[in-house]
Amino acid sequence: MTLELLLLVAAALFCVGLFGALTQQSIVMLMMGLELMLGGVILGAAAAWHYIAPAAADGQVLIVVAVTAMALEMAIGFAVVTALFRSREVDMTDMAAELKE
Amino acid sequence: MAERTPLWAVLVLPSLLVAVALATAGLDAVFSAAARSGRPGSLRAAAVRAAGPAREVLRQLVQQPRRTRASDLPLARIGAALLPVAAVLAAVVLPLGFRSVSDLPEGIVWFNAMEALAWAAVWLAGWGANSTLSLIGGYRFLAQGLAYELPHMLAITTAALGAESLRVGEVVDAQAGLWFAVWMPAAFGIYLLSAMAMAFWGPFDQPVGHDVAGGAASELSGADRVLFLGGRWLLLVVAAGFSVPLFLGGGHGPLLPGWVWTVLKTAAVLAFLVWARRRVPTLRMERYLELAWVVLTPLAVVQALVVAAVVLNR
Amino acid sequence: MEVTVFWLLAVLAVVGGVMVFRFDSMARATFSLLASLLCVGGLVVLLGLDYLGIVIVLMMTIEMAIMAVFMVMYMMNPAGLMPMTMMHNKKGAAVVCGLVFVLLAAGILLAPWPARRGKAPADPTMELGMSLMGPQMLTMMTLGMALFATIVATVVLATRRGRYDRLGDDLRARRPEDPVRGGVGR
Repeated sequence: MTLELLLLVAAALFCVGLFGALTQQSIVMLMMGLELMLGGVILGAAAAWHYIAPAAADGQVLIVVAVTAMALEMAIGFAVVTALFRSREVDMTDMAAELKE
Repeated sequence: MAERTPLWAVLVLPSLLVAVALATAGLDAVFSAAARSGRPGSLRAAAVRAAGPAREVLRQLVQQPRRTRASDLPLARIGAALLPVAAVLAAVVLPLGFRSVSDLPEGIVWFNAMEALAWAAVWLAGWGANSTLSLIGGYRFLAQGLAYELPHMLAITTAALGAESLRVGEVVDAQAGLWFAVWMPAAFGIYLLSAMAMAFWGPFDQPVGHDVAGGAASELSGADRVLFLGGRWLLLVVAAGFSVPLFLGGGHGPLLPGWVWTVLKTAAVLAFLVWARRRVPTLRMERYLELAWVVLTPLAVVQALVVAAVVLNR
Repeated sequence: MEVTVFWLLAVLAVVGGVMVFRFDSMARATFSLLASLLCVGGLVVLLGLDYLGIVIVLMMTIEMAIMAVFMVMYMMNPAGLMPMTMMHNKKGAAVVCGLVFVLLAAGILLAPWPARRGKAPADPTMELGMSLMGPQMLTMMTLGMALFATIVATVVLATRRGRYDRLGDDLRARRPEDPVRGGVGR
């Protein structure tokens, strides 16, 4: 277990999530991609805290911020999907893009 | 401070929990049979009735299991198995007397995280069977979870606040004089309610209710059913058992050794929960949700505030 | 022992993450994401941040259970009984992600990481609490405000019935008109 190894795992999670966020058509699936990306960020922050500056609490605070960002992203995402679905019966990004025309 | 326990405790813990769960289920079976067909004639008749749940387990294990069409079997299996696993994992921080298998520094958060696994477990078991009634049961448990979790978290936080520690051992130590149940009655009451809700027991049994033919458990059979319903009993035992170190002074008590006090108090809480099921009608979840968020959550916040003021002035 | 656990959790986390976008069934996808994030929580515990790791486990379990509801609600084929694909621009995204990973990996492997400074405190949870209530108070307050704004925003976005629907045009109705009555007797 080294810093590089953990960061590589974090980077892998981030990239898998990025792939999901870029390719998925459904908004809920897209949010799952974002969650995975934030999971990578959390892991990276924890690794940095452990291997670089364990005496400072900044790494921990960063994790708290990332976890909160996850919760906010989910809540707002669900609310947006619900509002979209209510008004247009749409749950796909492509269809939502057509709405502006 | 809780002492260290040897490794064999890891094996003893699940068997102890199963034994207590069987005893509780037996007690419940005796009550049910008495309500159905009158008082038992003799002690022997009562013992036969009390052994009912154990017979039922054996019957399920040898019976030919049923399958529904196009079911998602792996998910249903994971859900059914996750429930007892979550209960046993939550019990890791449960002290018997003054010893627990592992007195984690964040024991209270650990307990909360493990019992939250039940959310996933019940929903998975309900979804996996590909049956409407079981899916309704799964959804009902999620609605119930949203209702009980908020005041529940505040209630267990209040106990941690009173002891100024998340370590279960220190929460017990802080109650050497006065039990938390005495000066945090609101938090204790809320905890008992959510202990029932967490094990979908008593007034909160809608997820496996009769109106949906057994709800989340309706399509489970064989070993899956034993795991799921057994896991529910384990969860009830663990939830009731955790109220002892949190609010009822853990192993503290006169004369008797600590572990006897823990067992006695746990038995009392369990007996109360079994009795309460026969006294309170089933609650619909949208009703409890409003009650939990409009009344219980502010109540829990005020209770936490009072405790915080006491702790700061100590 | 620690190395074995690390490899197990790391592999499970990445595999779970990949399977999210390969499963047809929405329930499976959601719970594969949950498995992946639980492994992240486990890795965080392994790094010595017990409290944050357990909180991640707690939060993700509840979050994914609720996510499953939304997945099933808004997907055309939630159980995955027929194979389907819901992707667009697969090739471009794969190239972008591959490039990003190569860049990150190169950065990770080539950067001169500083040596470990200082020692972990005996109680990192205490340290975190002190930091959030002291030097990082501003962060904590921002998070609190953000959470509050989210609560308001989600209710505004998601609700169909406002207070005028419930209490009448002049908000004078003595009893709100709700489709189901709640438990407080209103």
